[in-house]
Formats: sequence, C-alpha cells, structure tokens
Amino acid sequence: MILDGAREVDRIELSGDRDVVRARRRIADRMDALGARALRKTRFVTAVSEVARNAVVHGGGGVMTVYAFKSARIGIECRDRGPGIASIEQALSDGFSTTGSMGHGLGGAKRLSDAFEIDSRPGGGTVVRMLGSL
Amino acid sequence: MPPSALENVLDILKTDQDGVLAGWIEVADEEGVKRSDLFSEREGREQAASLLKAFRNGISERTDKDDFDIQAEHWADLRGVLGEITHERVERGVQPSEMAGFVLALKGPLFSRLKERLAKKPEQLVEEILIASKAIDAFAIYTNEVFIAEREAVIERQREEMMELSTPVVELWSKVLTLPLIGTLDSLRAQEVMENLLQAIVHYQAEVVILDITGVQTVDTQVAQHLIRTAAAVRLMGAKCIISGISPKIAQTMVQLGVDVGEVRTRSTIRTALTDALLTVGYAITPIKNHQEGTLV
Repeated sequence: MILDGAREVDRIELSGDRDVVRARRRIADRMDALGARALRKTRFVTAVSEVARNAVVHGGGGVMTVYAFKSARIGIECRDRGPGIASIEQALSDGFSTTGSMGHGLGGAKRLSDAFEIDSRPGGGTVVRMLGSL
Repeated sequence: MPPSALENVLDILKTDQDGVLAGWIEVADEEGVKRSDLFSEREGREQAASLLKAFRNGISERTDKDDFDIQAEHWADLRGVLGEITHERVERGVQPSEMAGFVLALKGPLFSRLKERLAKKPEQLVEEILIASKAIDAFAIYTNEVFIAEREAVIERQREEMMELSTPVVELWSKVLTLPLIGTLDSLRAQEVMENLLQAIVHYQAEVVILDITGVQTVDTQVAQHLIRTAAAVRLMGAKCIISGISPKIAQTMVQLGVDVGEVRTRSTIRTALTDALLTVGYAITPIKNHQEGTLV
C-alpha cells in the first residue's frame, strides 16, 4: 500500500459540494505550510478535487484522510460508501462517464498524482489512495 | 421506582416556584451569566419563569423514568421556550457558554431545596438530583445546538448574498463585457454566472465577453466543463467568448487532466484578452504623442 509508514494528520468528511471545496482548501493550506512548490500543489489539489467530487457524486459521500510522511510527500485516502465501480479500467479511461460529465476525473487524478491506488468492489464502496510530492 | 421519581422536584416547582426563580436569577447573577447589561430585570425574569413552567410541565407529563431525550413529546414546550430564548439572546450578543451557564444555574436553588426536604432520605435525594441534573444538562446542551443552528443559518444567508455579489458582469467598453471569477466555481455558482452573463449580453448588446479566471485557484474537470459550457452558450448568443487568466500552473494541470477546451479562445492575462476584445469591436489602445506624465488631457 502506498501509504505505508505514513501518519494520519487530518480527516475531512465529504458529504456535499462544499466539502469538496473544504478538502481542497485544507490540502492546499497543508502543502503551503510544508513549503510545497506551486505547480505541485496545483496538481495535487486538482487531483484531490477530482476524487473528493467522485466520492460525493458517485459514492454518496465519504471520508478523506490526510497522511504525512517523513519525506517530502503528502498522501490522502478517500473512502466512499457508494455502490463501487464495476470496471476500474473503464472508469480510468478518458471520456467514460455515467453522469454526463467529462469523464476525465479519475484518469486525470491518476496522471496528476505521483502514486495512485484504487480498490473497489461492486457493493463495497471505493477507496482511492494518492501521493503527491512537495 | 415509578415515573414519579422526580416527585419532590415537581412538588418544589409547584409550591415554591417563585423561590426557585428568585434563587436561579441570583445564582445566574453571581456567576455573571445573567447579562443584565443586555436584558432588563423583567425580561430575564419572564424568560426564566417561562422556562421553569415548561420544565415543570415536562416533568409532570413524563411517562418513562429514564427518558431524557429532549426530542421527546413532553419536552416540546420546553424546546420551544428554550429555542425562543436562545434565539433572542443570541441576537443581543450573548455567548453560547453564557446561555448554557444560565440554564445550569437552575441547579443551585433547586438542589438546595431538595436537600432540605430530603435530609432524612439520602437515597431519594441522590436519585432525584441525578435525574434532574441529567435533564438540566440536556437543556443546556440543547441551547448550544440551537445556537449552532442559528449560526449556520446566518452563514448560509451570507453565502447566498456573497454568491450574488460574486458574479458581477462589468461593461469594459461598448459591446465588451468582463466577468472576473473569484474563488470556487461550483455547479450552483456556474449556473448563476451563466444566467447573469447571458442576460448582460442581451442588455448591453455585447459582442465580446471576457471570462477572467485569475482568481480561481483550482480548475478541475467540473470547473473546466462549466467554463466550456458557458463559452458555448455565449457563442450561441452570437458573442465571442475569451477565457483569460490561465496561469502556467493551471495550463499544465489542465493538459494532464486531459481537458480539451476545443474552440474556446483563451488568453493568459486579462490584458491580452482586452486588446483582443477591443480589436474585435474596432478599437485599439494607442499611446498619446508628446504626452507629459501626470497631465489629464
């Protein structure tokens, strides 16, 4: 697991649109405090925004846990309570969407983060873990 | 023990309501939670009296001895009174801790009277104090909940007001409009932006619209989609749409996200966007010959 050896430092409830904004804000502030470079922050915060919104829109809400490392990295785990993803491969492919949105969110988050993990079973919710360097 | 576990409390409230009331107000005064600077003596007294009455009615209607659920039917009156008083106090600037302190101050006079009455029955005394204490604690917590709900309502109202304020369409030049976007562009706001903008295009007979996103921190797929849709709607209205303020960070991020802005015209700064826009409507900003610094021609 990509979050091995990390320490939990924050926890954000995701239930509505405003929580997505809050998650972005909290991660951005933390990365600022850690002295992250502007581009890396923008990239990771955008990735966070995508997975947080997925949890709210498709997952019926969830929790984002923020992790700190000894090295210059930050990690998050986003766990939702949704129906799960039938085909992860399809969900990651660009242009695939079940709601009429762009369908670049999950694949984009994977490209914007430095490490990406997704676990999902139909009926069992979805867990996304991501790492970003500072 | 039967439901009348609070029979002595109830009896005290029936026979010595005025005494308890006076004692309560006195304790509240001593603890500095009476706030006579914000409330007249009479108002404070009336509030406390109506609370006490609702408390008494609640106890006498209680059916289950372990029932301290403030949401229960027989506390409906008390909830109403507490809610009203809390609302009024919050409006006048009372702190939530002071409101809770005010409710908790009821314990003193009530328990001292219980102690006198039940001096010979310590078990009954402990029992009644325990139950009454739990109930009064629950009321104090309830005032806090009311307080939080009031605050949330205020925040929600301010958010709505801010949303209206935050989509100002400005006429920069004849037929040129700009809309500086700041903060986050959630679906609700995007809808608001789109409506305001399309209205303004009709109103000003605009030919060019500049959507400036310098103040938008994060452009994720949702924001990008809103921008592209807004631009498409502007085009359908027969005007040209320029999205400006795309920083290098955002540009790189959008590329990695895989967002294709298609035919939407974009500019890195509002300055270049303005030059473009003016050119479209047949104007240009040019320097004045022999201009002296600081003179207004």
